[in-house]
Amino acid sequence: MTRSPAAVVKSSSSRTNPLPGFSITLGFTVVYLTVIVLVPIGALAIKTLGLSWKELWELATNERAMAAYRLSLGASLAAALINAVFGSLLAWVLVRNPFPGRRLLDGLVDFPFALPTAVAGLTLASLFSDHGWLGQFLVPLGIKGAFSRLGVVIALTFVGLPFSVRTIQPEIETLDPAVQEAAKCLGASRWRRFLSITAPTLLPTVLTGFGLSFARALGEYGSIAFISGNLPFQTEIAPTLVVMRLDQFDYTGAISVAVVLMIFSFALLLTLNSLHGWAAKFQEP
Amino acid sequence: MSALPNPILTVPNPPPRQGKRGRFHWLLVGVAVLFSTVFLVLPLVNVFVQALSAGLGPYWRALVDPDTLSAIRLTLMIAVITVPLNAVFGVAASWAIAKFEFRGRTFLLSLIDLPFSISPVVAGILFVLLFGANGLLGHWLEVHHIKIIFALPGMVFATIFVTFPYVARELIPIMRSQGREQEEAALTLGANGWETFWHVTLPSIKWGLFYGIVLCNARAMGEFGAVAVVSGHIAGLTDTLPLRVEKLYNEFDPVAPFAVATLLALLAVVTMVLKAALEWKTRHEQ
Repeated sequence: MTRSPAAVVKSSSSRTNPLPGFSITLGFTVVYLTVIVLVPIGALAIKTLGLSWKELWELATNERAMAAYRLSLGASLAAALINAVFGSLLAWVLVRNPFPGRRLLDGLVDFPFALPTAVAGLTLASLFSDHGWLGQFLVPLGIKGAFSRLGVVIALTFVGLPFSVRTIQPEIETLDPAVQEAAKCLGASRWRRFLSITAPTLLPTVLTGFGLSFARALGEYGSIAFISGNLPFQTEIAPTLVVMRLDQFDYTGAISVAVVLMIFSFALLLTLNSLHGWAAKFQEP
Repeated sequence: MSALPNPILTVPNPPPRQGKRGRFHWLLVGVAVLFSTVFLVLPLVNVFVQALSAGLGPYWRALVDPDTLSAIRLTLMIAVITVPLNAVFGVAASWAIAKFEFRGRTFLLSLIDLPFSISPVVAGILFVLLFGANGLLGHWLEVHHIKIIFALPGMVFATIFVTFPYVARELIPIMRSQGREQEEAALTLGANGWETFWHVTLPSIKWGLFYGIVLCNARAMGEFGAVAVVSGHIAGLTDTLPLRVEKLYNEFDPVAPFAVATLLALLAVVTMVLKAALEWKTRHEQ
């Protein structure tokens, strides 16, 4: 254990708080998090420190690994961008533009979140393959959506979509229609109103949605294992490389890429937190 | 949901004015519907159509295959172990974090968010490095004949890692917004701590708790990456449903992976319906 509950509790307000159960619930929480999160991360740290730095660096930055990072970052970025554009549009339509079937579509937005990613990869690969419902039209046009880099982007767009839509939707719901009306009365055109009122108001939220969908995409493995074909240097993402090396009992190689992925995650978490703080400040003047 | 309705929420919002629905309206709707058809509707329908493409016979045979049945059992077993543990953790953590102020609170909150940003594959490897043959505790476990990696316990650990935030994440904002006046009143009136929790706190968080459990269960049954790393892929022994789908897919079976996938797709549909029903209920109770 890193810290005993008693060390964490050193607060003046809990002395005046009459509710019972603080030490036992906090104690349980700390023990649980220690066993499930801190000790395993500690194991990674100890194992990493025990390895040769030179070898770790070589394996983390060799050509195959660099190709995997490039694809992971590039495809996640592309997917997050697609989700920022189409997710915003979808959120907007779901809130503002009534049409038959809107409620059903609204419920379906959670589908990628609820569907196991293995099934997502399976069904997307089949849709975009040569004989699939979409592939039979797209492949002759030269658009190969399965076993290709495009396939990686498609799967990552799928898994990130709900994060983008569900972040933006509540923000659109709280937009004040009176501001729009006022601008309209003052003669502002639709584009003018969109560019100077709606877009700046929604921008921080769209960025947060972008970040969440990017973070989700960066760690994704299940759907990619099915749709990408997992070819080294071509369609292999970083998490796939970790699994490949682990399957060959190349622990040092797997750890080196896992540590890089972990650093990506922490950096992203920090960025997202500050973005969130910025968005909150933006909304409460 | 709370006994005292939030006054801000009860002020009726003026309904957004409906402009005349011009070409622009239908253009937006058209693009949104097309995008959702490709990314949401077709993937869902495709699972079932492919699974039944050779008729009911092959579909059924794929489901009653002994290895598939064992995968169903293993998936259920993992969910039965991990979901209650995570539910208890979620309630305990949100009680401490939402009802009390203490140093290290923010640190605990970020720790709870961590699994959302770590790749499931990395989560799996953490446990391999701890419990695996070359792991920190590997030697000790081997001497004592305890098998964790490539066995059920390792899969349970990996699943808990990726699913424990769901219940806590759902409950912390709810408990925080409800404050502690009602619990304090119950205590003043002579209830003990347990009675207060059972009769005051639990009724006010029950739907949030239920929703958190639903999400946690969906992820626990559907997790792929973290479990794939620690499972060892032993057919009939350590294959969960998602791993079974992958194995059948790699055998180029045209029907069986989709047949097994329909079970997981149905789980997703049930999860979505429950979520929609809970949101509808919450909206109508306010």
